[in-house]
Amino acid sequence: MPRFSWYGDGMPGVSLEDLTGWLIVIEGTDGAGRTTHIDRLRLELERAGYAVAETGLTRSDLASRGIRQAKRGNTLGANAFNLFYATDFADRLQHQILPALRAGFVMLTDRYIYSLIARAIVRGADPEWIRQVYGFAPKPDAVFYLRIEIPDLVPRVLTSGGFDYWESGMDIRMGADLYDSFVKYQGALIGQFDRLAQEDGFDVIDATRTVDEIHGYLWEKVSALLDKNPQPAWSPEGV
Amino acid sequence: MSATETPIPIPAAHGERRREYSGQLFIVEGIDGSGKSTQLSLLAQWLRSSGYPVVYSEWNSSPIVRATTRRGKRSKLLTPLTFSLIHATDFSDRVEREIIPSLKAGGIVLADRYVYTAFARDVVRGVNRRWVRSLYQFAPIPTQAFYFRVPLDIALRRILSARAKLKHYEAGLDLALHADPSESYKLFQSRLLTEYETIVQEHGLTVMDATLSVEAQQRRLRAAIRGSLPSPRGRGGRPYA
Repeated sequence: MPRFSWYGDGMPGVSLEDLTGWLIVIEGTDGAGRTTHIDRLRLELERAGYAVAETGLTRSDLASRGIRQAKRGNTLGANAFNLFYATDFADRLQHQILPALRAGFVMLTDRYIYSLIARAIVRGADPEWIRQVYGFAPKPDAVFYLRIEIPDLVPRVLTSGGFDYWESGMDIRMGADLYDSFVKYQGALIGQFDRLAQEDGFDVIDATRTVDEIHGYLWEKVSALLDKNPQPAWSPEGV
Repeated sequence: MSATETPIPIPAAHGERRREYSGQLFIVEGIDGSGKSTQLSLLAQWLRSSGYPVVYSEWNSSPIVRATTRRGKRSKLLTPLTFSLIHATDFSDRVEREIIPSLKAGGIVLADRYVYTAFARDVVRGVNRRWVRSLYQFAPIPTQAFYFRVPLDIALRRILSARAKLKHYEAGLDLALHADPSESYKLFQSRLLTEYETIVQEHGLTVMDATLSVEAQQRRLRAAIRGSLPSPRGRGGRPYA
């Protein structure tokens, strides 16, 4: 029995039995601390002797440049953007994530299909449709959702360079200015995430706790997960 | 991969949505060399000269997405899945920014290839039949869709004599059916023909005999759409130029 299952219909030609690595996802809005925790997890995992790989949204060879360009001019239709992100994800899935999982790596993923589904729904996509589109993705071993409410998020965003056009949902202009739009947009995203968290069983973490507390929790969960599902044959020996 | 092959019923919402549009959407489908593009451009000329506001939409033509598609093709980065998704991205951009606004404005939209091209190509490449149909659910249903049916040898004769070199994906070389581009192209096209026949049944495409003379086909095409056309009208009762 393969440990992995598909989010939907799956992908032709891929056998889940071949995926011996671990797929660990950190979700959460910008400013929730995803990068910090991925960096720390990576260090700890490598110290324990695991091979680690990383990926994140819009890092594909195929589509990252195109997405950047389309963002600069904001000239792509909203639904086309949804599908452009899906293209980027599919490219990374096939060229980064699946090869790493076949090779027995721990794949740390900075956001996954859930962020993409949430942002599409907030932009008016039919929820059932966008989930079907991502039916070719494997379900991760674990999804850690760093949850943060707007009042806690705003000061973090202000100190780290201010409100970003896209992170404020300005392409769909949800408010009169960046701040108003940011509040409404992030609020809508949190709403979607809360729903996804329930439906897809995320591990919800209060992102206002200290970095050490959160890291401690993450490491406990991740190491338990790796211990519970040891690798066949060439499992990394503890160093 | 689940082998479920039941066609997804087209959601009612999409049929509903089309009724809101005052324009008309006519599309042509067929393999390379079926003569569909010639027929569509003749139809466009006729409609324009009769005073209709005609909008022509071509497959694979959204300016922003095209650069990525070209990059993927040139570097052979595309898998069947990303091939499918990047074409859906391109198409979605055209639907949102060109096709739907034109239909709302009462235009006659003529599309050279439509979702059925993706249904045929992507499934031949091994993408799940049901998944690709659900991927394109955002597409308005055409007023009428024409499939130009042509025997393989006639289409091949038209194409292979005129084209110097077949491109990688065009020849279906990514499917590894044959090492020789023109042999691969033949095998690929014959699989597309089979897939198109399924689509014709499933989606009720109007079959056109693409072996007839250009003029005979055009007469039939005009006759077929005449019934769906509103009376041409322009500002001050004069036809659009």
